[in-house]
Amino acid sequence: MANKLIAVLTDLGHRVTGALWRLGFASRFLLMILVYSGTSLRRFHLTIREIYFSGVMSLIIILVSGLFVGMVLGLQGYDTLERYGSSSALGVLVALSLVRELGPVVAALLFASRAGSAITAEIGLMKATEQLSAMEMMAVNPIARVVAPRFWAGVLSMPLLAALFSAMGIFGGYLVGVRLIGVDAGSFWSQMQASVDFREDIVNGVIKSFVFGIIISWIAVFEGYDAEPTAEGVSGATTRTVVTSSLAVLAADFILTAFMFRGA
Amino acid sequence: MPSTPSDSLVKVSNLSFAYDRRPVLSGINMEIPRGKVVAIMGASGCGKTTTLRLIGGQIKPTSGEVRVDGKVVHRLSSDGLYQLRRRMGMLFQFGALFTDMSVYDNVAFQMREHTDFPEELINDLVLMKLHAVGLRGAHELMPSELSGGMARRVALARAIALDPMLMMYDEPFAGLDPISMSIVGELIRKLNDALGASSIIVTHDVQESLKIVDYVYFVSAGKVVAEGTPEEIKASRAEYVHQFVWGEADGPVPFHYPATQPYGEEIMTQAAEVSNRG
Repeated sequence: MANKLIAVLTDLGHRVTGALWRLGFASRFLLMILVYSGTSLRRFHLTIREIYFSGVMSLIIILVSGLFVGMVLGLQGYDTLERYGSSSALGVLVALSLVRELGPVVAALLFASRAGSAITAEIGLMKATEQLSAMEMMAVNPIARVVAPRFWAGVLSMPLLAALFSAMGIFGGYLVGVRLIGVDAGSFWSQMQASVDFREDIVNGVIKSFVFGIIISWIAVFEGYDAEPTAEGVSGATTRTVVTSSLAVLAADFILTAFMFRGA
Repeated sequence: MPSTPSDSLVKVSNLSFAYDRRPVLSGINMEIPRGKVVAIMGASGCGKTTTLRLIGGQIKPTSGEVRVDGKVVHRLSSDGLYQLRRRMGMLFQFGALFTDMSVYDNVAFQMREHTDFPEELINDLVLMKLHAVGLRGAHELMPSELSGGMARRVALARAIALDPMLMMYDEPFAGLDPISMSIVGELIRKLNDALGASSIIVTHDVQESLKIVDYVYFVSAGKVVAEGTPEEIKASRAEYVHQFVWGEADGPVPFHYPATQPYGEEIMTQAAEVSNRG
């Protein structure tokens, strides 16, 4: 019995120290990305190329999801507001939900599964096929040439994608609320304009999506670079990217929301 | 090896390396003279590729040192190491071409990264390097469109892009058909002589490499067990060299992976366990 308990505790200890080691490695890796970011910012076309692959190529899923989420918000919001006779506030409800929460969070979750996984798989496969070693042997630092541009592309794409998600969602809410159900268009837009505060709502939403961009890109490039150079290793790393970055985004969202909107 | 230290581009002295606590190399000594092609041969897993990685500074030795052009590789700063690597070229086992770039861009990669050459000059140089490996006509293809032999030749063109003083080849013949094998072999020799470089070939392909190299080191279980010119190697009576050169299944390198129990005993024990369970 005592032996079993010791075994369980040892195993737990191993897991905890293992996780801490990994967190340490990941932090040092982030520091190295920042140190070697000069190339990706000086030769900005490298970053632009990655923005195309992770940002532009994610547009369809982001726009379509935004539209549907906005349409559902329109339906659900109208149903609830109608009970209190305040269906004219539908615009406010749709806009605030999207700009403050759903835009940054859902766009981040979609970005993690669409672009984060692709970044991890690409870097992991480059490692497995010795492309990163080859680059090192050619005296080119793979962190500067491969990792940093992908990291910055993710960080820059995320706020733009979240903004587009919110815009598309508001349009979806308008389609359902105004066009389909028949809420007055004037009150839909004017109440939205009056109630959505630029500093309080929009800037905070942008800050959130920027933080999510850092989290997802960091996890994605680290998992790729740290992946075992085998088929199982790369597939495991890809899965970990999606799971870890989704959970990290949700946890960070709670913390940021607690700081940004407490008592507001 | 019959050479004075000043002739040697690479000098490996008493080199040891271990992964975790498992020793891979123990006390290796080698010299690679300038202008020569030297092969490091041995069975899979004997530490050949590790030696190459130590020479390229990708890993650090447990003890001993590697000097390349007079500099101790593992004591260089990261800038110093990158400066040295600009004068080295390496051909990886499966080419390691950048799959998101065309053949042309792969060969141009180092020129664009390390030089301020205008694009017209890069164009001339790339086509010249590709012509040297016979693939000028393939410059627009992507790596996925190349055969194994072609990919190896493109990787070779990429490795010689900046005219290195030292070329390293990791299993350049692995997985090639006989024709591609002799093409790659001849290219290695010709390019070495044309560039005035020195080359190290890590390989287990005896017949192909003995045709083109000047000197051979045999490595087994992390030690140099034999060395000599190709003629000396072919004539060698040392048991290990004989087994390796003539491809005999059993000899000093055993056919069987070591087992804990003798065969008969293990069979009987397992049979007893099965009947007990039944």
